[in-house]
Amino acid sequence: MAAIEASSHAPTPLLKDELDIVIPTIRNLDFLEMWRPFFEPYHLIIVQDGDPSKIIKVPDGFDYELYNRNDINRILGPKASCISFKDSACRCFGYMVSKKKYIFTIDDDCFVAKDPSGRSINALEQHIKNLLCPSTPHFFNTLYDPFREGADFVRGYPFSLREGAKTAVSHGLWLNIPDYDAPTQLVKPLERNTRYVDAVLTIPKGTLFPMCGMNLAFDRELIGPAMYFGLMGDGQPIGRYDDMWAGWCIKVICDHLGLGVKTGLPYIWHSKASNPFVNLKKEYKGIFWQEEIIPFFQSAVLPKDCTSVQNCYLELSKQVKEKLAKVDPYFDKLADAMVTWIEAWDELNSGGASDKLPNGKA
Amino acid sequence: MRTPPSLLSLTVESALHNLCNISDLSPLPDHILLDLFLRTLQAGKLTEKVLKLFLATGNDKVLSLIEALNIQHILTPVLPTTNIEDNEVDIVIAALHSDLTSFMIEWKPVFSRFHLIIVKDPDLSEELQIPEGFNLDVYTKSDIDRVVGSSTSILFSGYSCRYFGYLISQKKYIISVDDDCIPARDSSGALVDIIAQHADNLKTPATPFFFNTIYDPYRKGADFVRGYPFSLRSGVACALSCGLWLNLADYDAPTQALKPGQRNTRYVDAVLTVPARAMMPVSGINIAFNRELVGPALIPALKLAGEGKLRWETVEDIWSGMCVKVICDHLGLGVKSGLPYVWRNERGNAIDSLKKEWEGVKLMEEVVPFFQSVRLPQSAIKAEDCVVEMAKSVKEQLGQSDPMFARAAEAMVEWVKLWKAVRSSQLST
Repeated sequence: MAAIEASSHAPTPLLKDELDIVIPTIRNLDFLEMWRPFFEPYHLIIVQDGDPSKIIKVPDGFDYELYNRNDINRILGPKASCISFKDSACRCFGYMVSKKKYIFTIDDDCFVAKDPSGRSINALEQHIKNLLCPSTPHFFNTLYDPFREGADFVRGYPFSLREGAKTAVSHGLWLNIPDYDAPTQLVKPLERNTRYVDAVLTIPKGTLFPMCGMNLAFDRELIGPAMYFGLMGDGQPIGRYDDMWAGWCIKVICDHLGLGVKTGLPYIWHSKASNPFVNLKKEYKGIFWQEEIIPFFQSAVLPKDCTSVQNCYLELSKQVKEKLAKVDPYFDKLADAMVTWIEAWDELNSGGASDKLPNGKA
Repeated sequence: MRTPPSLLSLTVESALHNLCNISDLSPLPDHILLDLFLRTLQAGKLTEKVLKLFLATGNDKVLSLIEALNIQHILTPVLPTTNIEDNEVDIVIAALHSDLTSFMIEWKPVFSRFHLIIVKDPDLSEELQIPEGFNLDVYTKSDIDRVVGSSTSILFSGYSCRYFGYLISQKKYIISVDDDCIPARDSSGALVDIIAQHADNLKTPATPFFFNTIYDPYRKGADFVRGYPFSLRSGVACALSCGLWLNLADYDAPTQALKPGQRNTRYVDAVLTVPARAMMPVSGINIAFNRELVGPALIPALKLAGEGKLRWETVEDIWSGMCVKVICDHLGLGVKSGLPYVWRNERGNAIDSLKKEWEGVKLMEEVVPFFQSVRLPQSAIKAEDCVVEMAKSVKEQLGQSDPMFARAAEAMVEWVKLWKAVRSSQLST
């Protein structure tokens, strides 16, 4: 039965000194007002996309650090080339400079949602619950997360697997504007996600998924270096695949290291529908490349001696160069950027024991 | 020159167009209320909700009009299962209790259209009590003995008697629930029509090769999310639909004994495809499948030495489910889990059952590595061939560790023989 019974009844710890909230923005941060009751105790890392001469006003009372393109260039020097220009993918710079164990990232057009009883959802609290409770990647539990209050492992679930695995990623969902690709948006411009699915579940080992960066939390110590959001936006042939790319990489690495990825609650309210024609231009190449990329990740095997996230990621970058560069020279650049990212990560995060420690069994 | 419309008529027009946003009509003066009511009727905008609004005002003239016109509330019926033909489905019920009266009455609104196969547990001595009004066939020990021979009939005792129903059915879809379950109600209070939901699950594609984060993309109001590969969006055929349970969830005896008060109250409004190569515990309490695709793969093979008449004293469905999942993965078929829910009632004492089921619990530890690694040859392209191949692997790899597995392997082979024999005799009649 669920070993963490006690903690599911105790209040969720705030973790306010162990968690940073990373927000990419080009417009403004007005949306923070709605989140104030939930976010105020936390330190924010704001990554300003777009024109660095624009001043982003942060609502009073928040403790934050803000980085624009000039800061990124200054801090990373030539390695800044791995951080995307004019695309929310730049948010991963925030992951790199954070000093905390956990990261929660959210888009600036995402607001507090309400559950079916009308209560405001504290998304951050749910993410913390998800990350602090084990995952179950090795065997599917039909009642979803067995560690949730009121649930458990069902009959037939092997006892030896009931301890679960450490949770590296908590992937939240969205109500209202659904995260559809451009073709689907064009066909169903009015569709809204109104279905509140009261479940958290672990994505089984060996299964890939489309990771959306709008409402995402992760354990930086367990998986941080693999959360690179790729080369997107200005000067790149592709956009809106930043979180997808990171999602495929982290899933392969989590599967290899025996870590878990959860999806489901919490929901946020996604308010802004992006322009489907603009999206189509950005996604166009991705839609075709995806067909090659997916089989690549599905069959990617990491050698047993890759026991740290960085080593896994560097190995992955080698394989990207070998196998995907023939799809498009972009992947050659991307593979190089993946290496640059790890170098930059290690530079900024050295001095602690966090970087080269093995992260669990292969 | 035409007289311009009056402010009053414009206002009433406006109210008419915004009726859905009005929550209370009582502040309106009587003559305006009546005018609005008449215009609502004329415009064809009288819905259940709007009717309630007018009734709530208590206005005499409006009320007498409603009576004179004989306007009535619509009773919310259990919506008929429109997505499935009556002759496509058999509902198979294993009778482990003799008195099925209340069970059948509870399920009548959902089951009455369909043909039922009721299989009586051969170990049950009392006569079955079944109410009138159903289209059904009942099979007892003598029928089982006649069809399969008394030496093989051992396969069909207890919960496994339902497999006899699967064996003799000739329908495309089978839906089976335990006899201690009744229909559940969803979060809006409506009765859950498990036939309609299982049919929906089985008739729409499954997506086992890539996880869709908003669950079943074929459900109304959902779709594939950004990043889902287009080449995988047509999905594959769904062979198995695993439903869930409210109230008493399908826990094993140790869990139930330690949490005697725990009840499942969470209605999770989702259907999802269990990804390929992910293992899962398939519960026989609320299950449906495409008999034409995987019929032979649901096998009454594994019997615990102390198997009993309570769910947590058996693992027949768990074993069968592990086999079916491997076979579906091999054949490129999908397995869905989630809706529909049934309401499961109390039965038995978990602590008493603990001793018996412990054996089953230990067993799972041994078989997991087997199921994780078992591979079927490319040449096995039909469910029955897959079962035969699985039986071989079970015998080779597990048969040594426990005679129970050797027996299970034999039962699997027996089962396929039976299946083929019954099939061919059905075809020749």
